[in-house]
Amino acid sequence: MSAAKGAGRDAELHTLTGAYALNALGDRERARFERHLAMCPACEQEVRELGATAVRLGLAATETPPSAMKSQVLAMISTVRQEPPKVAAAEAGRIPGPVRRARPAGRRRLSGFVLAACAAGLAALGGVAVVQQRAAEEARTEAREAAELAQRRTQALADVLTAPDVRTLSTALGEGATGTVAVSRERDRAVFLASGLPRPAGGKVYQLWFADGDTMRPAGLLTSTGGSEALLMDGAVGLATGMGITVEPSGGSPAPTSEPLGLLGFPAG
Amino acid sequence: MKEPIHITGAPSAGPGLDELLVRVARGDQQAFSRVYDAVCGPVLGVVRGVLRDPAQSEEVAQEVLVELWRTAARYQPSRGSALTWTLTLAHRRAVDRVRSAQAAVEREQKAARLSGTPAFDDVVEQVEARLEREQVRRCLRTLTELQRQSVTLAYYRGLAYREVAELLAVPLGTVKTRMRDGLIRLRDCLGVNA
Repeated sequence: MSAAKGAGRDAELHTLTGAYALNALGDRERARFERHLAMCPACEQEVRELGATAVRLGLAATETPPSAMKSQVLAMISTVRQEPPKVAAAEAGRIPGPVRRARPAGRRRLSGFVLAACAAGLAALGGVAVVQQRAAEEARTEAREAAELAQRRTQALADVLTAPDVRTLSTALGEGATGTVAVSRERDRAVFLASGLPRPAGGKVYQLWFADGDTMRPAGLLTSTGGSEALLMDGAVGLATGMGITVEPSGGSPAPTSEPLGLLGFPAG
Repeated sequence: MKEPIHITGAPSAGPGLDELLVRVARGDQQAFSRVYDAVCGPVLGVVRGVLRDPAQSEEVAQEVLVELWRTAARYQPSRGSALTWTLTLAHRRAVDRVRSAQAAVEREQKAARLSGTPAFDDVVEQVEARLEREQVRRCLRTLTELQRQSVTLAYYRGLAYREVAELLAVPLGTVKTRMRDGLIRLRDCLGVNA
């Protein structure tokens, strides 16, 4: 490569400051430009100025938010863990960022607030976003493959909850516990939301089932801790006419071995 | 409803917003409540401009505000104002949402968008009608037609520069430079210091 060609490429990159400040670059170009930015103080200054200019465009579009939004956001942040400052962590010689044990893919604890919102007709989609966000944060520290799987499942969970045709049904599961199923025929998936389900007795687990007529098809395990949880049910809804939950030995069973705690019939597709 | 008066008057972020965000990083919920009052209106405006749909805009605005809480420790006052940081985040999230929805129904949307020249005129007009700040409106008028369209389609509608080029039927290189020199002209007209 000749020096002139290299300089030409730099000059071409430099003209991207405007598009970058307007957030109008694709992911790959943005990454390429950011690498260039790190080595080009003049570009950095220009990007800073043009970015501040773009913000003025944003300010000019200020809207009055609905008054209920503030209490919703304040309720949400009370359930969201903050990232620690990176610099402080490095100074203290600790490993930056949280390192957590991988959780079973696709299962995320939901706050009572979010669950209540979900059960109340899935109105507070912001809550789902929080779950998604927290899921994304945790996944970063997990193995890449597990993270990708978790991400897909969380996304699928959110997709079900936000599907235009989603229907929800709730039932009492005894002892003040509630089970809610959200089913989308369009997405062909279902999400089970449990609230206040006590931890099952020694070595047992809760198992979810799709009811295909008289046959029960395994749809995932739930190890409740008494709080509120959401689980993307395994497998497609298919022709299932309902779902059930039973207590099974650890690891689950191929077919139910106990009376169901709850049964929910799906609305006709 | 409290109006975010303390930031609409000046190019600077108003007294204390930067400092408030630093306190938010330490888990100060009261500081967050004040940051919320200051930025929520602009955040919603930016997001709404891109997404249009009111319900979806509120949802994304809420996500942005929660992300602000979660990642406040990343904010470095030495690298720009808290307001710039926040609105940049808001714009990026709104555009992310548009583009992920787009990836799902890429072809349909593209066809709809490209066939809709009147719709796009409409958008630019509506957006400009909504501009609350006389100064921004006045300065936008100092841009050439192509500069103005390039800048407003990217910012207010969240289009990538390739899409802007396609929509305006001009070469990619032209759009890149129009975005840049359009913003430079706006910067000078608005007297932005950063």
